Amino acid sequence: MTHVRYIDKTLEYYKNEGYDTPYRWAHFDEIPFTRLSKPLAECRVGLVTTSEMAIVGEPGAWDEGDAARDVYSMRTDTPIGKLYSQKEAYDRHATTLADVDSYLPLTRLAELTAEGRIKAVAPRFQVIYSQYSQRKTLTVDAPEILRQMREDRVDVAVLTAV
Amino acid sequence: MSLAARHLEANGLPTVVFGCARDIVEYCGVPRFVFSDFPLGNPTGRPFDPAMQREVVGLGLDLLETAARPGTTVVNPHTWSPDQSWKDKIFSREQPFLPEDAKEKWLKRKDAYRDLKASGKV
Repeated sequence: MTHVRYIDKTLEYYKNEGYDTPYRWAHFDEIPFTRLSKPLAECRVGLVTTSEMAIVGEPGAWDEGDAARDVYSMRTDTPIGKLYSQKEAYDRHATTLADVDSYLPLTRLAELTAEGRIKAVAPRFQVIYSQYSQRKTLTVDAPEILRQMREDRVDVAVLTAV
Repeated sequence: MSLAARHLEANGLPTVVFGCARDIVEYCGVPRFVFSDFPLGNPTGRPFDPAMQREVVGLGLDLLETAARPGTTVVNPHTWSPDQSWKDKIFSREQPFLPEDAKEKWLKRKDAYRDLKASGKV
């Protein structure tokens, strides 16, 4: 069986829910490309996710009514048992977000660092909201992630879309 | 997420995106993509299966080294389950994507965002 056509499915789904204006998914003809400038074993890896991470027992970064939902970061050395995802938009009927490494592979990257496959993981990872606004993602959130990654001397970035 | 990857890449950082919505990511166009044909939620391997997670993350690291051109996708070879009915049920009438309370909150934030935008705050 072939993969799910989410674009077609969501268009149909939200049309049936009564929304008149169909969402326009981002599309570009050109794709940027940067080659690795050094071996991966010498690279510090940055990590970005849409998984809305929080620490057990502490308030999340975004209030329930916070509409802007700007990028925030958390330390990558946070014990994985203290992290959980607050994300509500995932396939709750078919799977679970109970294992952080299945969408934010901090343990796997730590193992790969110990083995020398990569040099290090950046000291913090970034959480980005799946925005209603492509303009905000492009002009506010993505530049903020780039700024933090440059500050952390990141060489390559892994992005996980929940 | 794809937009962020494109922005980082355009500014000199090689990127790899892990995801489960192939059509959306490829329609946008990202430099490197590891696709898992799994339900939305586990782009870096099956929950509680560290061996598979290692393999999937490894595919992404390999791709950073080997991709010769932008828009390169590699596919996680594992199947989620012999029963693929989840593919029909997602975003269907009988199985709402968000619980009702989560949907209400989302709609409220969406409206609030529109207000922020109208007042020039975002």
